[in-house]
Amino acid sequence: MLNATLDAIALVGRATISGTRMTGALTLFGLNGLSHLFRPPFYWRAFLRAFVEFAYFSLPVVALTAIFSGMVIALQSYTGFSRFNAGSAIAGIVVLSVVRELGPVLAGLMVAGRVGAAMAAELGTMRVTDQIDALSTLATNPMKYLVTPRLLAGAIALPLLVVVADILGVMGGFIVATVKLGFHGIPYLMNTFDFMKTMDVVSGLAKAAVFGFLIALMGCYHGYNSRGGAEGVGGATTAAVVMASILILAFDYGLTELFFAR
Amino acid sequence: MNREVPGAAVPKIRVQGLRKAFGEKQVLDGVDLTVMPGTSMVVIGGSGTGKSVLLKCIIGLMQPDEGVIELDGQDVLRLDRTARERARDRIGMLFQNGALFDSLPVWENVAFGLLARRQVTRRQAREVAAEVLAQVGLAASVGDLSPSELSGGMQKRVGLARAIAARPDILFFDEPTTGLDPIMGAVIDGLIVDCVKRLGSTAIAITHDMASARRIGDRIAMLHHGRIVWSGPPSELMESGNPVVDQFTHGRREGPIQMELRR
Repeated sequence: MLNATLDAIALVGRATISGTRMTGALTLFGLNGLSHLFRPPFYWRAFLRAFVEFAYFSLPVVALTAIFSGMVIALQSYTGFSRFNAGSAIAGIVVLSVVRELGPVLAGLMVAGRVGAAMAAELGTMRVTDQIDALSTLATNPMKYLVTPRLLAGAIALPLLVVVADILGVMGGFIVATVKLGFHGIPYLMNTFDFMKTMDVVSGLAKAAVFGFLIALMGCYHGYNSRGGAEGVGGATTAAVVMASILILAFDYGLTELFFAR
Repeated sequence: MNREVPGAAVPKIRVQGLRKAFGEKQVLDGVDLTVMPGTSMVVIGGSGTGKSVLLKCIIGLMQPDEGVIELDGQDVLRLDRTARERARDRIGMLFQNGALFDSLPVWENVAFGLLARRQVTRRQAREVAAEVLAQVGLAASVGDLSPSELSGGMQKRVGLARAIAARPDILFFDEPTTGLDPIMGAVIDGLIVDCVKRLGSTAIAITHDMASARRIGDRIAMLHHGRIVWSGPPSELMESGNPVVDQFTHGRREGPIQMELRR
């Protein structure tokens, strides 16, 4: 009994130490990456490449996710709300759900799966094939060249993607409401704009900036520190996506508390 | 091909008492190595004896636990980060697998160091890349290819071109002939000797290819159990009188290395 208790305490202790160490390493890595924003040179080409990868190539998957999510919310909320003769509230439900939560969170999760994984795989491959060491021998700080542009690209690109996701999500709801549920277009849109406040949009975009940074941070950290050949790169890719997804959901709650808790 | 500068008192590279351990494993256990200006030193040794770790410590890619590393008499381990990065600017390195950047075309790989140092415009960098590619026997048109389109030998040549593009005064070669057929290996060795001679650089190469070691080196040192157990000119390598070197160079199964492995 005593041994089992001690084992359990040891397990908790090990997990705590490991979690603290990981948090510290991630924080230092992120701060180191950010510090190069203020120390020239800045690699604009690397930034543009990362930005295009983040924003342009993720557009289809984010757009499809957003439009179908908006459609589903409209349908589901009408099914529930019509029982209380509150069907007209679905314009507000759709816009608030999409702009405050689903836009940033779903776009974040989609981009984490697509770009975060690719980032970890690319940097991981560079690590195990000595390309990162090669940068050091070519008068280039690897953090400045590989990490900083990606962190910035993530923090800027995801809010832009979320603007698109917000518009398409609301549009999805609008299509279902007008085509399937028999709502009139103009009143639906007026309801949408009446419900939506500036803070809803700003909070969603702020969340997106944080999520974009986290996705890039996870991709870079796990790729940059990967070890052990192909298996190590695979592990880094998985860890980057899993951790980015968990952090997105955790930070979503924290940021919602920050913006809307009374 | 001994090009030692007469009367040169200060070694270009001096390593003293270098120690590096990974956990329980003591990989470098007091390495002493001196390379005079304008000469080539080849470090030989079996797989896993710490040759690459030694090279990474000298370049500054890895922090040793103990010891002194001097470049031109300056202890680089005592320099601050900026000064160490500046010291690294004088270094060129050919990596074992080329380590070319997949996302960039060949010409940009070759001119990467020049562009990073803001020494040239992109147009000038292209021209310099074409010149350096010609020095390693590659046509300028290769510059537009992606590294993945090149054969192993061509990748080594591009890696060599990248290492010499900024005309460094210290060059490092990590297993330059590994993975190449004997003819291509000899070609790469010849290019290395030409480049080092043309630039007047000091070089350290690590290899376990005996033919390559004799072609490249002015002096050869054998690393075994984390220490330099023998060093001398290539002409004495095959008759060193050291049982470890003797077994290694002749590729014998029986000998002190094998006995220690069994223990």
